[in-house]
Amino acid sequence: MIHRTPGGTRDVLPDEMRELRGLSSHLRATFEEAGYGEVRTPSVEYEDVLRRGDERSAGAGYRVFDERGEVLVLRSDMTIPIARMVASRFPEASTPLRLSYFAHAYRAVEPQSGRPREVLQAGIELIGEPAPEGEAEVVGLMLSGLERAGLARHRVAIGDGSLYRMLLDHLGVAPEARTALLERLTRRDLVGLEALLARLDLDAGEREALTVLPTLRGGREVIETARRALGKGLAPAVDALDRLTGCVELLAGGHAAARVIVDLGLARELGYYTGAVFELYDPAVGFAIGGGGRYDELLGRFGRGLPACGIVVDLQRVHVAQAEEERLA
Amino acid sequence: MTPSGDTPPVRPGDVRDGAGVPEPAAGHTGARLAAERPELVIAVPRGALLADTLDVLDRLGIDTTEVRENDRRLLFAEAGIVTMRPSDVPTYVEHGAADVGITGKDVLLEQPDREVYELLDLHYGHCRMIVAQPEGADPLERSMRRLGAVRVATKYPRIARGHFAATGRQAEIVEVKGSVELAPLTGLVDAIVDLTASGRTLAENRLAEREEIAVCTARLIANPAAHKLKAAAVDDLVARLRAAVPR
Repeated sequence: MIHRTPGGTRDVLPDEMRELRGLSSHLRATFEEAGYGEVRTPSVEYEDVLRRGDERSAGAGYRVFDERGEVLVLRSDMTIPIARMVASRFPEASTPLRLSYFAHAYRAVEPQSGRPREVLQAGIELIGEPAPEGEAEVVGLMLSGLERAGLARHRVAIGDGSLYRMLLDHLGVAPEARTALLERLTRRDLVGLEALLARLDLDAGEREALTVLPTLRGGREVIETARRALGKGLAPAVDALDRLTGCVELLAGGHAAARVIVDLGLARELGYYTGAVFELYDPAVGFAIGGGGRYDELLGRFGRGLPACGIVVDLQRVHVAQAEEERLA
Repeated sequence: MTPSGDTPPVRPGDVRDGAGVPEPAAGHTGARLAAERPELVIAVPRGALLADTLDVLDRLGIDTTEVRENDRRLLFAEAGIVTMRPSDVPTYVEHGAADVGITGKDVLLEQPDREVYELLDLHYGHCRMIVAQPEGADPLERSMRRLGAVRVATKYPRIARGHFAATGRQAEIVEVKGSVELAPLTGLVDAIVDLTASGRTLAENRLAEREEIAVCTARLIANPAAHKLKAAAVDDLVARLRAAVPR
């Protein structure tokens, strides 16, 4: 007899499980050798605690009442629970703290969308290390972990989640327009972005800069292109570009240099990112296989203000990429 | 995964894509095949947008003769073209089965959760998403006033639901698959939400436009991974399309 499982969830049988284990053991060894200690946190957390980190509890999709009527949420990512854990369990531990995890996260999905409700994640968080060294460490480590796991063609896109927001603030764009612009940027609706910019009261140079910026991606030279496009009038963006240059330069010295794509239009959805943001890609998978970024304010919301950044991959998507490499070999 | 054989997107000397990412293992025949094929796979919509789309692609120097001559074939690997109904374009592009695609803004509005990038307004395939109801009466107003809600038939339930919600009216959306014009004429609903280009079908069925929801034209969309991994090719296509389509 066939019994249903909830849409977007599935069983993992021994053959697949063996391969997933293989992948995670390569990643785990990579993280462990670099001093990242593995942690586990509860699958459910109090909603009011997660909301400290992010108003929408990082978009948590499932809530239940416990026996005392408190609201529990099924975690939708591991970064907020780890921030909560660090503030609670390591209130005085010396930094930087290096932590890794292999855990499921849960997302609300549209029916029939084919998207997973339950995602197996492998990630690292580096707490107490400022930009750009922190970014370079976690990105470099994840790239080599993926290589060790059998990927060959994976790339990382690096941008700055605060860049566009800072520019809009600097130009005094009204709050409603700002929200609408950022929403279009996050979806990369460049047509909508351009149409909206055309209606705002900006001078031609500023409008041009805001239109061109989200299309700039490539090697390190795009940072210089951005500097020229932004000109002197948009000074606050220069800090973000300097940080990005620093990060890319640190990575350029390592084995990962050729895998780096600078993407100035990258803006990830999660609200807690304050600086660099990453997305990982592999030609075998149409979707991002992972991502991350810098979140310097998140720990402070839990009472231990420390700069931090992290990066995570979706193990099932990494598996698709790795299987493709095996097929090509 | 893609008809192009999916080789790494690095061209010799192409700094924009970075350099030095490993080439696929020697002896992998896909690499040789792909070298002769276009780097990008384009999802092309059949139906109303097909003729204009093929004309634009011709202007870019992409050979579309095969597509024009074959009504039933769907995959044209030499030209880097796959053809499908417009509403499937975002699906293929989202999953990376096509790197880029062309489809109507109406399709994109109806599928807002698709993770695709909207890169360019192509300015052809101009039509409008509207609310229409039988001529000479205002059943929408009557139902609103007397019943507190309206009934609307459409092939675009998300757009319709969004429009009535945004205008503060309670609406019961009835999804139909075929000719939506029939629905108000038979008393199934008060009004319809549909796409109109010339307004002829509306007029023939004695329906009149009441509200405009959106103006829709053809758009170029891209897969987020391809947008980065094949950045030079995507930017080149965008630049050439920008030049090829009159504003």
